[in-house]
Amino acid sequence: MSRRGLLTGGALAAGGALAGGAAIAGTRAGRTGPPTATAADTTPVATVGGLVEPFHGARQAGVATEPQAHASFVALTVRAGVDRAALGRMLRLLTDDAARLTQGRPALADTEAELGLLPARLTVTFGFGPGLYRAAGVDDRRPASVTDLPSFRIDRLQPAWSGGDLLLQICADDAISVAHAQRVLVKDSRPFATVRWAQQGFRRSPGVEPGGHTQRNLFGQLDGTANPRPGAPMDTALWVPDGPAWLRDSTTVVLRRISMNMETWDLLGRTDRELAVGRRLDTGAPLTGTAEHDEPDFAATDADGLTVIPDFSHLTRAHVTDDRLKILRRPYNYDGVPTAEGHADSGLIFASYQADIARQFLPIQRRLADRDLLNEWTTPIGSAVFAIPPGCQPGGWIGEQVLG
Amino acid sequence: MRTTSPNASRRHSAAIFAAAILTVGVAGCGSSDSPSTAQAGPPASTSANPDAGVLGIRDPWVKAADKGMTAAFGTLVNDGDTDVTVTSATTSLSPMELHEMAMKDGKMVMRQKQGGIVIKAKSTHALEPGGDHLMLMNLTKPVQAGDELTFTLTFADGKNQQFRAMAKPFTGAQESYAPGHGEPMPSMSATPEMSMSPAS
Repeated sequence: MSRRGLLTGGALAAGGALAGGAAIAGTRAGRTGPPTATAADTTPVATVGGLVEPFHGARQAGVATEPQAHASFVALTVRAGVDRAALGRMLRLLTDDAARLTQGRPALADTEAELGLLPARLTVTFGFGPGLYRAAGVDDRRPASVTDLPSFRIDRLQPAWSGGDLLLQICADDAISVAHAQRVLVKDSRPFATVRWAQQGFRRSPGVEPGGHTQRNLFGQLDGTANPRPGAPMDTALWVPDGPAWLRDSTTVVLRRISMNMETWDLLGRTDRELAVGRRLDTGAPLTGTAEHDEPDFAATDADGLTVIPDFSHLTRAHVTDDRLKILRRPYNYDGVPTAEGHADSGLIFASYQADIARQFLPIQRRLADRDLLNEWTTPIGSAVFAIPPGCQPGGWIGEQVLG
Repeated sequence: MRTTSPNASRRHSAAIFAAAILTVGVAGCGSSDSPSTAQAGPPASTSANPDAGVLGIRDPWVKAADKGMTAAFGTLVNDGDTDVTVTSATTSLSPMELHEMAMKDGKMVMRQKQGGIVIKAKSTHALEPGGDHLMLMNLTKPVQAGDELTFTLTFADGKNQQFRAMAKPFTGAQESYAPGHGEPMPSMSATPEMSMSPAS
């Protein structure tokens, strides 16, 4: 076979892959598919690796994006002496890396160029912590709610999982795509910043469940049922609609590392587990309903006069109906190394996105910290907040409205 | 045996390394219909518009360095029907030379490219660590990671073309050269620390 033949064959095979992937994507969130491939290919083709999420746009990708299977959250600490100009150079460099890798092109000077060819819906989302605004001398451009959270009674926060000046949120449907992007971005960050912490997490792999499903955490619960629906409700919850250029089309993220005590959770029977959450484990339906998205009836009582959904259930305490007050939960599971005694190190990288942390996240968090039956089995051990600045157009860079 | 084989294998792997880079460049070019590039947006800001100049200049970059020597890289694309020869390159930051890496007396050496860099009609020419490159001989100020530099290429017919290249922190390709043999490559003259300093 000639070299050209090989290349052409490769392009056709990949085109077929895209067509297959587009069909999958279409059932998920109505994303526009890549150009249609007309060539039929009889050989088995990949359906995930070639799929691409857009990088450029008014808003950053990786927030409203249908969650990918793998994520790495990397928090950096800006080195002493790195000022506004240096941060600008850093973000130009990292934006260029992200713009290439997310589109299936190796980064400039990519030492593992072959690993850059299969993005698998890779997104790179940049978050700015309070320290970045201070280092740049632009604290007046920091969204007011992007500040250290108040401490909560339930917190057992560890510095090793908390804080950070710059967040790199790297998500893809393939763990190698995530690892390579992380390597490239961290390498290019080294002149400007040190690594404070990194957290890797996972959800179901593509193809395992139908599109649009709510993910399960390692307690077996459906997690994210109450998310605002894609479209106008989600836009209302997520994006700052107006204001100066560094705020419009921005959002924020709160990252909480939540340890889940599998050992004490094991002691509960199925009924108690469902009462703690207020939902059924199998369908995710509220205890007063039959389907996952049924509205809970908090007034319904049983034969003994008790509310069917306990007043201190997670569902009751977290429940919000106004889209302006909702948060977008986009969590990832983590599963570390068990102890010698076989005790799990499992939990959740809880990622909450909202236009305003004070208006949306904090009221829910206060109610949960105050009284939530689930607190018995969960412990927040890390916490960080970041602004997610607006996106950029081709030729621009993430952060240009803040640092430019 | 033990004294010769390490060197031989070193050279062998160096050749494979160079070939691998070249393959990537060629595949990148030949697969422009592939899904990933078909999805790609407009060319990156650092790429010159091919219509505006003699050559297309793809993925240009320059290695960040505090002082002394460094080099610029990228892929030169000649879509025309005639060969194109680059006779010189200039930038405001440093005197420049066109360099190549070549085997001389069993050693890899860096030397000036005689007759300039020829890009054959309808073909591409990779400027890369371990191969041909645009050498900055003596920086008058640091090239910091994330900087954008402007270069001007001059061709054999007297035409000029400018392009911009982003500075990358880069420590790679040092393993291609037996330490202590031949001239140091631009990438060998820098320690990681050199390109690490944000202030530089």
